[in-house]
Parts: sequence; C-alpha cells; structure tokens
Amino acid sequence: MVVPRPGAWRWFGVFAFAFLIFTQTLAILTSPPDRDMGDLEKILYVHVPAAWITFLSFFVVLAFSARYLWKGREKDDLLAAAAAEVGATFNGLTLLLGMIWGRPAWGVWWTWDARLTSTLVLFLIFVGYLALREFVDDAQRRAQWSAVVGALGAINVPIVYMSVRWWRTLHQIQSNPNTMDPAYVLGLRANAFAFLFIMIYFIHQRYVIASLQRATEHAAEAVALGGQQE
Amino acid sequence: MTWNEDWGRISAIARKDLITERRSKAGFNSVAALGVTMLVLFGFAFGPDAQALRDAAAGALWLAILFAGVLAFNRSYQVELESGALDELLQYPGARWTIYAGKLISNLIFVSLMLAIVVAAGIVLFQIHIPSAWPMLLVTLLLGIVGLVTLGTFYAAMASRTRAREVLLPLLLFPMLVPVLLAAMSASKALLGGDLMHEASAWIRLLLGYDVIFLVAALFAFEHVIEV
Repeated sequence: MVVPRPGAWRWFGVFAFAFLIFTQTLAILTSPPDRDMGDLEKILYVHVPAAWITFLSFFVVLAFSARYLWKGREKDDLLAAAAAEVGATFNGLTLLLGMIWGRPAWGVWWTWDARLTSTLVLFLIFVGYLALREFVDDAQRRAQWSAVVGALGAINVPIVYMSVRWWRTLHQIQSNPNTMDPAYVLGLRANAFAFLFIMIYFIHQRYVIASLQRATEHAAEAVALGGQQE
Repeated sequence: MTWNEDWGRISAIARKDLITERRSKAGFNSVAALGVTMLVLFGFAFGPDAQALRDAAAGALWLAILFAGVLAFNRSYQVELESGALDELLQYPGARWTIYAGKLISNLIFVSLMLAIVVAAGIVLFQIHIPSAWPMLLVTLLLGIVGLVTLGTFYAAMASRTRAREVLLPLLLFPMLVPVLLAAMSASKALLGGDLMHEASAWIRLLLGYDVIFLVAALFAFEHVIEV
C-alpha cells in the first residue's frame, strides 16, 4: 500500500476553497433579486451545485466499484468509499438546503415530490452502503461487498426516480440555461466548478486518510506475524 | 456445464432448504404469525372505520409482507452458517449462481405461502372486497414478491455474515425496494378500487422491469459476494 504524499494537493485545496469564496461572492453580488422569490434566489448557488455534485459523486462510486470488481485493486475500493462518503455528505447538504429553500418558497419544509423523495431514498441507499463498510471487518470482503452494493445502488437510482415520479410530482421543471435568466447562469456555472473542485479535494483527502489507515493495519499485521516492517 | 446439471444443483439446494424448513416448522409459523400480528397493529393505526381500513389495506399488506419476509432471508443463510455448512457447499463443483438460484426458489415458496396466509387475514381484517380483476391482483402479488425475494436473498448473503445482521439487512434492503413497494402498493390499491384510472398495468410493467434487471444483476454479482 503506497500512501500518497500531500505535495501539490495542499495548494489545490487552498485554491478550491478560495475559488468557492470567490464564486459565491460573485454570484451573490451580480445576481438581481428574483421576481417571485427576491433574495431567496441566492440559495440556488449552493443548493443546485450540491445536488449536481451528489449525483456526480455517486457516478464516481459506480465507476470505481465496477473497476474494483474488474481488476481487484484495493485503491479503487478506497476511492469508491471516499466518493460515497463525500457524496452522502453533499446529498445531506442538498436535502437540508432544499428544506431551507422550500420553507419560505413553498410554505413547507418537506413535500413528497419526485425529486425530493428520490434524493432522500438515494441518501438512505448510501447510508446503507456506509453502514455495510462499517460492519464488515475483513478488508477483502468489505471491498468486494461494498463494490457490489455500490453498483446495485447506482443502478437503482433512475428506477427509484421514475417510480417516485409516477407516484407524485410537484417540483418545478428542471431549469436549463435556455429557461433561466442569463443573470443567474454565470453564477451557477462558476459555483458548479467550485463545488467540483471541493469534491475532488475532499475525495482525495478522504482517500489519503483511508490509505493511511490501511497502511497501519498492514503494518500491525506484519508485526503480529513477527515479520519485518516495510 | 449443461443446463441439466445446473438445474439439478438449483433444485437440490431449494429442496434441501424447504425440507429443513418443513421439519422445523417453527420458522414458518412464527414468521407468518408475525405477518398477521403486523396487520392487526396496522388495523389499530388506521381503523376502526371500514372505509379508512379499505383505503389503507394495500399499503398495510405490503408492509406486513416486507417486515415478515425480511426475517426469512437472514434465516436461509443462518442455517448454512451454523456448523459451517456454507464452506462445504462452496466446495462442490459447479457455478456459484446456482446456490443463489436455489435459495431464491426456496425463499420464493416460503414467502408465497406466508403471503397466502397474510392476504387471507388481510381480506378478513381490512374488509376487502375482492375485485373482478383478481387475476391482475395475483400477478401484482407475484411480481411484487419476486422483486422482494430477489434482492432479499441477495443482500442476506452479505448481511447474515456481518456483526449487525438484524439491522443491516433492512437498512440495505428497504431503500433499494422503494420502487417495488411503490409499484406493488399502487397497483394493488388501484386494482382494489376498480382501476378506474387504468394505472395498474403501468405499475405492473415497472415491477416486471425491476424484477428482470435485478434478477440478472444478482445472478451475475452473486459470485463476488459468496466467495469472500
């Protein structure tokens, strides 16, 4: 197990946070108040990027899980786990920010609409994934099982979304740059990149921690077996 | 490997599990009793008004089946783990997916029998009028439990071998089953109400699609799960 060195990553982290502060400030200062929602609109720049990053992280989980099942490298397992943790965090953040937005905009904290409900179910699926990792001690078994659970969970995402959508729908139709006033597009795009950098930085940091933990476990095993430490 | 050999393995495992179950009976009886108890408790939550009970019947039935079924899945691996039978089972030559298929069939039969008892109790307790489209209802029940048992049998292969199996299996399984539950509940509810909006067939198609996708996925992935 090779433990990655911090090196340039430290500066990438500083850059990511600085960029986030810059894009948030930019978006808040340049965007005019919304016709209906007024300044409430500003939560757009954290809620929507958080939701995008949630889905992106889970796609990363799927990719590394599939690669683990294919090649069996421990590195892929740790990266999938790191992406799942970061994804679950952004997922929780998306739900919380959505509630903070929903309360004044819709008058309720929660509504059983398709996107809200499927985002919540997604959160629960990955809470299960992280719990599984917690409860399995054997490293190879944990890697193998969580790769399968991660892949199945990711397959289920579109099915959950479709089923909940049929069940009930109220959320506004997804906006895209054509339906959105150009005054909001720049801020949203810039913040999406800021969140992307933060995601990459977090996944990397989480991966480094996991590698260190694995390295200590390997070292402890080697000592217990009376062998030489590498 | 020919198909006949594979089928021989599948049926041997299914038969073995069912014989064990039949000779003990305690497992089936208590799980079915729990399903009915659950229905009674749902009756307290929604009743005693007859119309309110009828409206809630489909949801209550499926939740009772879900909660009782989840106990059956862990059991089907636990009997293997006691006295290390699983290790020996894995020593036999042949494809691993046949073990899953065998357990899937025995669990399907187990859950179907339990479902028959729970549904019979539900018809009485929730004062359900059996609709004229009852064959569709039967299809819904069947596709619903196939979805439930497909993932239940698969996830139990992992959860039953962890430290926290009682909590881990439902935690993994229930969110994954959201489409099955929504489709099965909605289709059952629509059919019990006469399917005025003609929505039942769309839900049944969703159930069918879900069952096929996860059955194939589980058959492929089982090898990765059972060998470690």
